[in-house]
Amino acid sequence: MSAATSAVRFEHVSKSFGTRKVLDDISLEIPAGQAFCLLGRSGTGKSVTLRHIVGLVQPDSGNVFVEGEDITTLAGRELAGVRKRMGFLFQNAALFDSMSVGDNVAFPMRRHTKWTGAEIRERAQAKLAAVGLDQDFDTMPSDLSGGMRKRAGLARAMALDPAILLVDEPSAGLDPITAHEIDELLVHTKQGGTTLVVVTHNIPSARVLGDGFAVLQNGRMLVNGTVETLDASDEPLVQAFMRAQGGG
Amino acid sequence: MQQLSLVDRVGSGVLDLFAFVGALAMFGGRAVVEAVRPPYEPREILKHVYQFGYRSAPLILTAGFAIGVVLSMHTRASLERFGAEALIPAGLAIAFIRETGPLTAGLLVSGRVGAGIGAEIGAMRVTEQIDALEANAVDAFKYLAVTRILALMIVMPLLTIMMDFAGVFGGYVAEASVSGMSWQVYLESAFSFIAYSDIIPATLKTVVFGFLIAVVSSYLGFTTSRGTEGVGEASTRSVVMASMLIILSDVILVKFIFFFYPQVSG
Repeated sequence: MSAATSAVRFEHVSKSFGTRKVLDDISLEIPAGQAFCLLGRSGTGKSVTLRHIVGLVQPDSGNVFVEGEDITTLAGRELAGVRKRMGFLFQNAALFDSMSVGDNVAFPMRRHTKWTGAEIRERAQAKLAAVGLDQDFDTMPSDLSGGMRKRAGLARAMALDPAILLVDEPSAGLDPITAHEIDELLVHTKQGGTTLVVVTHNIPSARVLGDGFAVLQNGRMLVNGTVETLDASDEPLVQAFMRAQGGG
Repeated sequence: MQQLSLVDRVGSGVLDLFAFVGALAMFGGRAVVEAVRPPYEPREILKHVYQFGYRSAPLILTAGFAIGVVLSMHTRASLERFGAEALIPAGLAIAFIRETGPLTAGLLVSGRVGAGIGAEIGAMRVTEQIDALEANAVDAFKYLAVTRILALMIVMPLLTIMMDFAGVFGGYVAEASVSGMSWQVYLESAFSFIAYSDIIPATLKTVVFGFLIAVVSSYLGFTTSRGTEGVGEASTRSVVMASMLIILSDVILVKFIFFFYPQVSG
């Protein structure tokens, strides 16, 4: 796979926090338009991997390419330019609690487009409607349930129709019905041509969503491939994961 | 061994202090550089001017009035002994405008606004909202810290002027209740010894207070860790550190004022 057709590419990325090595020589490639699921036990570096893609964390060594640009060498406006092409759904949604739900979704539009106020409101309303929150434009994030916050976070992440959507544990802490709704939204997003990078513990959901998979263990890549690769793996952790039926 | 351990602890404390001061200076320096580079975030600055200024006004006016009353009562008690009651308005106005007003305004704002900035930015840090800003291609440092620093630098002199007037008015109320002095006579008497060199440098030094309060509290907010406990700590430390810096910087600023306006020291 060439750099031009890959949405995200890691080349020998290592990262430590203090004495703790979180990522150890990770190399992977995520083709554009596909959904890539990062699996692994808690604390194995999945979220840190995701944060590298958007430049929130810099690697100690190695390079991270996003749509062919080495994000580890970018700063300021250049980095912002790459970030504008990405959306990030944080594990706890990370909604701006001083703004209403609608303003959260409108925020990236206000910052990065020249749309009029009316256009922005209309588009933000449409994004909220897509996640089933069309009645909550003026609701404050503190008044939302966990599932609603996550959906609002997804609407904000999708505000500028990003080429790459990064999703950190979309179904964590959610009831099965809400988790299923979010899965459907992500599938729909992928069908629209968006590249998805999803950190998840929910194997049934990953099977539905994922085109490619990677399993991390202690910061190292254990297995990288399709669902068939993972199903055929002899690694006990991978077997345990793929047999798991629960999620969240 | 015990002595060595004590030396270690003291040494470690001193090194931590140097590291903190260095990091704080870098943070403040970066804020100065970023403040002159676009985008300028005028909406955010205006929002904070309203939050810090308008919402602090009741506290500043009440405190200024009360301190004016108390200062007037104390001044009267002292000057009465020498038969110099006529100097009460001027004495109070000079004390208030040169020092009491700016310093008290700075300390009150460090409590009300500094704690708020530390807590708000700290909460945004631990709930990943700062990361969310960055992920949305927004410079969180500029959006959160620089806008607050500029807003507080704008607001502080305005609040100080309000405090000065509230203090002089409080002094008048206290004096009028005892001697029946009219407002016009009180004002004339109060400002008879006041020159622009008393008002302008003393008021403008609060721009530095505003800078220090906002830089310290923003820095502590940005470096918050350990969840809600860390947020509480950032808030408390913001008030303590900002208050200390205001008092220390006041000593230096007064020296500067005396140097550039020698008549003020007379």
